[in-house]
Amino acid sequence: MFESLTDKLSSALRNLRGVGQLTEANMAAALQEVRTALLGADVHFKVAREFVERVQSQCVGQEVLKGVAPGQQVVKIIHDELVRLLGEGSAALSPARPLKVLMVGLHGSGKTTTTAKLGKLLRKRGYNTPFAVACDVYRPAAIDQLEILAKQEDIGFYADRVSKDVPAIAAAGLAAALAANADLILFDTAGRLQIDHDLIEEVKKLSARIQPDEVLLVADGALGQEAVNVAKAFHDALALTGLILTKLDGDARGGAALSIKSITGVPIKFVGTGEKTGEFDTFYPDRLASRILGMGDVVSLVEKAQENIDQKEAERMAEKMRKADFNLEDFLAQMQQVKKLGSMQSIMGMMPGMSGMQVPEGAEKQMARTEAIIQSMTIQERRKPELLNGNRRKRIADGSGTKIAEVNALMKQFQQMQQMMKMMKGGGAKKMMRQLEAMKGKGRFPGM
Amino acid sequence: MFGLFKKFKSGLAKTVAAIAAKTHGLFGGRKIDAASLEELEEALYTADFGVETTAEILKEIKEAYRQDPGLQGKQAAELGAAVLRRVLAGSEGVLAGGARPPGALGSENAPGGRVPPSNPTVIALIGVNGSGKTTTSAKLGWLLKQDGRGVTLAACDTFRAAAVEQLKSWATRLDLEIVASHTGADSAAVAFDAWQAAKARHRDFLIVDTAGRLHTKSNLMDELAKIRRVLQKNDPTAPHHAWLVVDGSLGSNSIEQARVFHKSFGLTGLVVTKLDGTSRGGAIVGIWRELRLPIYFLGLGEQPEDLQPFNAANYARAVFGLDD
Repeated sequence: MFESLTDKLSSALRNLRGVGQLTEANMAAALQEVRTALLGADVHFKVAREFVERVQSQCVGQEVLKGVAPGQQVVKIIHDELVRLLGEGSAALSPARPLKVLMVGLHGSGKTTTTAKLGKLLRKRGYNTPFAVACDVYRPAAIDQLEILAKQEDIGFYADRVSKDVPAIAAAGLAAALAANADLILFDTAGRLQIDHDLIEEVKKLSARIQPDEVLLVADGALGQEAVNVAKAFHDALALTGLILTKLDGDARGGAALSIKSITGVPIKFVGTGEKTGEFDTFYPDRLASRILGMGDVVSLVEKAQENIDQKEAERMAEKMRKADFNLEDFLAQMQQVKKLGSMQSIMGMMPGMSGMQVPEGAEKQMARTEAIIQSMTIQERRKPELLNGNRRKRIADGSGTKIAEVNALMKQFQQMQQMMKMMKGGGAKKMMRQLEAMKGKGRFPGM
Repeated sequence: MFGLFKKFKSGLAKTVAAIAAKTHGLFGGRKIDAASLEELEEALYTADFGVETTAEILKEIKEAYRQDPGLQGKQAAELGAAVLRRVLAGSEGVLAGGARPPGALGSENAPGGRVPPSNPTVIALIGVNGSGKTTTSAKLGWLLKQDGRGVTLAACDTFRAAAVEQLKSWATRLDLEIVASHTGADSAAVAFDAWQAAKARHRDFLIVDTAGRLHTKSNLMDELAKIRRVLQKNDPTAPHHAWLVVDGSLGSNSIEQARVFHKSFGLTGLVVTKLDGTSRGGAIVGIWRELRLPIYFLGLGEQPEDLQPFNAANYARAVFGLDD
């Protein structure tokens, strides 16, 4: 999501490469570029200025390290400063049980969807009985939306479709949740402007009634300079305990994250990275800083894989690959595992050096077609692809709505894969590893 | 409905207060100096005008200050508003046969002008999640109805849970005609049926509410293309308007949104929502600069009448806190 910022920072610092030492003069031009890049990425004006000042004071007068280009050194300083700014370490939730969470924010920031996502995620992390209370009595059908999502994720639900007394609804919802032995109680509230006095008073009363353990501001990751005003006003009114950034699967540069964190000091706790209820994760400032600088987010990818992929199945698959005993059934299973990780674009975003790349047009579609082709084969054919003669291929193409040429192409690709596995099984593995090493050597920031 | 203009000013009045507070009365009787120029720069950036427009406004004011060191704040504000007006020249969207008093109809070459009167003018509202498409559909329907037009709403957001119910409930509240199916239904089929219904009842406008989608998801962008194809089976010139609904509190990413939606769907204009907060929606200037997409309406509040025709001169004056 920070791709554009990364691009701008690297071009701003390109001029610094190959310069003998850091002087105020050669820094000034580059830092001006950094400031412009930050402003262009919607970082708040004051935050950007302070950030640049701090980086400058750290850079100028510093010994230029031997063997490291000054540009790289500056990237490192910016990286460290970003990690510091975004808040080191990850922000944990209150240990209270039941955990009462109040969700607040502007209109359309994604509170209702996020409420369901949070319930789903926390269930995986040890809360057994999540419960949602619908407190948005203003937006038409908001209650229905939460009810549908809660049902979908098997989350307890309370609503009052008659009353407009929001604090009373919340209190009744709390009682209902406690009666249901809920250990996680999520209160979804109406979107409100931070300057709407009446509605802010209303949510303050609600908060006083239920005494939440967490008050989370749900904010659109693409927010502009306004992010600071919003976060500040909500923080003053409700003493926020955390922030959830949504819609980070878009290409918003996300400067809002930087601004809100540095102005309010409220930790960013979760990020929404897609429309599916599973596309939601804990926020890790160090990873985000790495992503900002185009260093990828491998840790997130690995953790996501651990949560979604069956360990035994993965080991069985690896064993099969080693023995080069890998048939189309395994290929299909593997593809389905990968799909659980999220969209190809979101996976790509986490790969080092690939964050700026777009998944080629139609790649997701291609994967679906491949799936359809394999699913149109009999179990026997999947296990023994050599059975596939012309007639069978025609049947498969018809069954999957594809062309014989596509079936042929898939089979050819599969044969190549098998050959590669056989090569690895034989002595070829070492040679391949060497090739991979050579490729890795071209990474972006070898100095870090 | 022609009293709407007053509302426009009072909606942006908060904006005026905010930017005036930022500049510590810079635009009052005070004389410009180096410090106030810096304050001005900050105020412009925090209005989301972006690097280019901010630089342009600053350059003109600085130049004037260089020539006349006695330059007053008020004059600087006039200069700023003039730059903004110049940048925004031609950016006012005009809905032919729509929500404007007859005298203000403007160019008859507007996209709506070529529609045969027998077919409804189709307006498709598209945008990212949470930008306010459903609410805008309802408000726009109400506005056109107040203007004596026949309107049908098409509930084509069949993806988000309860989005159909949301639009239905607006339709009931505002007494608007709606064609809807259920969540999970084929949105293009809903659009098709709604067009047929609007045609049969001789409605002037069909407003198509679509599901929110991030512009980075190409499969969802394909769904939009399908809605267009299906509408064109009824009327090859539809949709006559494809407006991107932009959240006014977003920053520079709204330019990227507009760029991608425009490339894949061919936008004809913008509606900017949620400008009743303290955000000044400066990003729309960036969108106009780059894509030349006219701005049709601004959302200035939660009431149906809070959807207002965009007026560049008013916007520029409001931003710089100038009275008429």
